[in-house]
Amino acid sequence: MAQIKFDEERCKGCEVCTSVCPKKLLKMADRFNSKGYKPAEITDQTQCIGCAFCAKMCPDNVIEVYK
Amino acid sequence: MEKIFGRPEALQDRVLSYCPGCTHGIIHRLVAEVIDELKVREKTIAVAPVGCAVTAYNFFNCDCQQAAHGRAPAVATAIKRVLPDRVVFTYQGDGDLASIGTAEIIHAANRGEQFTVIFVNNAIYGMTGGQMAPTTLPGQKTTTSPYGRDVKTAGYPIKMTEMLNTLEAPLFLARVSVHDPKNVNKAKEAIKKAFEAQIQGKGFAMVEVLSTCSTNWGMTPVEALKWLENNMIPQFPLGIVRDQEGGAR
Amino acid sequence: MADRVMMKGNEAIAEGAIRAGCHYFFGYPITPQNEVPEYMAKRLPEIGGTFIQAESEVSAINMVYGAAGAGARAMTSSSSPGVSLKMEGISYIAGAELPCVIVNVSRGGPGLGGLAPSQSDYFQATKGGGHGDYRLIVLAPASVQEIIDLMYEGFVTADKYRNPVMILADGILGQMMEPVTLSEVKDLQIPPKPWATTGMINGKPQSIINSLGLAYEDLEKINIRLQKKYQEIAAHEIRFQEEETADAELIIVAYGTSARVAKTAMIKAKAQGKKVGLFRPISLWPFPSQRIQELAQAGKRFLVVEMSAGQMVEDVKLAVNGKTTVDFYGKLNGTIPSVIDVNNAIIKCFASQGVA
Repeated sequence: MAQIKFDEERCKGCEVCTSVCPKKLLKMADRFNSKGYKPAEITDQTQCIGCAFCAKMCPDNVIEVYK
Repeated sequence: MEKIFGRPEALQDRVLSYCPGCTHGIIHRLVAEVIDELKVREKTIAVAPVGCAVTAYNFFNCDCQQAAHGRAPAVATAIKRVLPDRVVFTYQGDGDLASIGTAEIIHAANRGEQFTVIFVNNAIYGMTGGQMAPTTLPGQKTTTSPYGRDVKTAGYPIKMTEMLNTLEAPLFLARVSVHDPKNVNKAKEAIKKAFEAQIQGKGFAMVEVLSTCSTNWGMTPVEALKWLENNMIPQFPLGIVRDQEGGAR
Repeated sequence: MADRVMMKGNEAIAEGAIRAGCHYFFGYPITPQNEVPEYMAKRLPEIGGTFIQAESEVSAINMVYGAAGAGARAMTSSSSPGVSLKMEGISYIAGAELPCVIVNVSRGGPGLGGLAPSQSDYFQATKGGGHGDYRLIVLAPASVQEIIDLMYEGFVTADKYRNPVMILADGILGQMMEPVTLSEVKDLQIPPKPWATTGMINGKPQSIINSLGLAYEDLEKINIRLQKKYQEIAAHEIRFQEEETADAELIIVAYGTSARVAKTAMIKAKAQGKKVGLFRPISLWPFPSQRIQELAQAGKRFLVVEMSAGQMVEDVKLAVNGKTTVDFYGKLNGTIPSVIDVNNAIIKCFASQGVA
């Protein structure tokens, strides 16, 4: 059981995290953050294995991983 | 639940100035994680370059000097000589280190100066808007090689890590990449070794990190990671090219 | 106990710096200043200092940047073409407000020029040289003793204002030997440097050494602050020497080696019955304009003597501001003017200016 948290305001919508999730759990949200980017979000928190691939590849320190 | 991954303390709580998806952010974080793990943040002095990372002093949570274009190794040399018990590193791009600052990096390495160099190679000038770098690939289109880099007139990409490997003094030389999680882990290991070499007083260490510039390469950040893997790695092979655990030759 | 010793000017630059607490020297060989790095290479290791023969003058000045930014008294020395190479670094040092001393034992130019002494780097030293609105404090010694003294004053002044200081000598001053008094090492007057990058130890806030002001309003603020500092320096750091100016009708204005020749020419002219005085600027920036203006208002006329095509003469004319006559005698070719040359120039002035 793991959890990831997004600091949405830091997200620049680069989509790199969505491309590395082994469970394909991440997608870009339909809303905009205050900088005008569509931030990344997790579709199903319960499926997250806490591998931190997304956080490791995020250039902007958006993602925190809890286990 | 316990936090197992987050922003390291050696990185300021600020939004980075880099473009979306720019791997500078990953490399900044790796350096900061290593500084935290080695517990040297308070005695670390960073030297920022001219280029996209010019304001790195706003992001690293340690003392910083901003050097003139290419001169970071000269600046770092003097800082380390004045403060030999501190940890000094330069953070330089390919224009800074492999073009205008070629003399400074070669001679600092040749003197075996005891600081760490993080050399970010993305095969292009990012800050100025996508001009040809000394590390631009043969045939690669940039704003100053609009027909593709012609090796007959513009030469071949410079392999700085291999070039420094011809010198006697350097202790640790490696080339890594950050295009996927596995390589990010490897990059961190190399950066850690490069800092440890300095802390143990063994000698000069440089880690060349292959990086992306999706903005000036003209592709999405995800495409850029693939492009790096498929095009840069064949030109710039990854690996540790010099590791003299016992100290410099 | 003060030591009285014979010393070469270049050795005095090095010894004067060490006595001023400078233990970090970065340089590159160039004639006619090679005795400076040679002396430092020998002496600094003995006292736990650092000498680095850099790969270039460019690198050497950037080592000064790093060392000064880390809080040390540091210097470099070079000669004209080498000083040109340092200009980028000097501009950065001025922009980042780092205290240090840069010595120019100047030689003839332009280009590779020659090895013989010259004063044709006055513009470069006092008017910029590098890019941007910055100022160096420029001090011009005229004897080996004064080199020793100004090296100390240079480091103290640099620290006081967080500003680079240039010692502008020439090949004659660097190469000649004179007796000097090496007095007891004075109070080094090194102020605390909380801004230096020494690490964030014991809760010290982050230090950033930087000359970047990306936002135009930031850069304007930086420049306004710098200009305020330069005004402060101009108000407090003027140095000059006057000889026989009180009853003089004609005052020779000369600095460094030229001033030595001018003094002998003045003595000769006085023996010929001419009322001549000597005004020797020691600080070339800030320039002693106000005193020259006072002398001009008192009706004195001027003869500027330089080993150049006429550089300082522009500052004298600006100070005089048309109130009286300013003549010029310059010696080119990297040679020094003879006493006869300057004496002839004095006689010519008296004839053409109608000075009695």
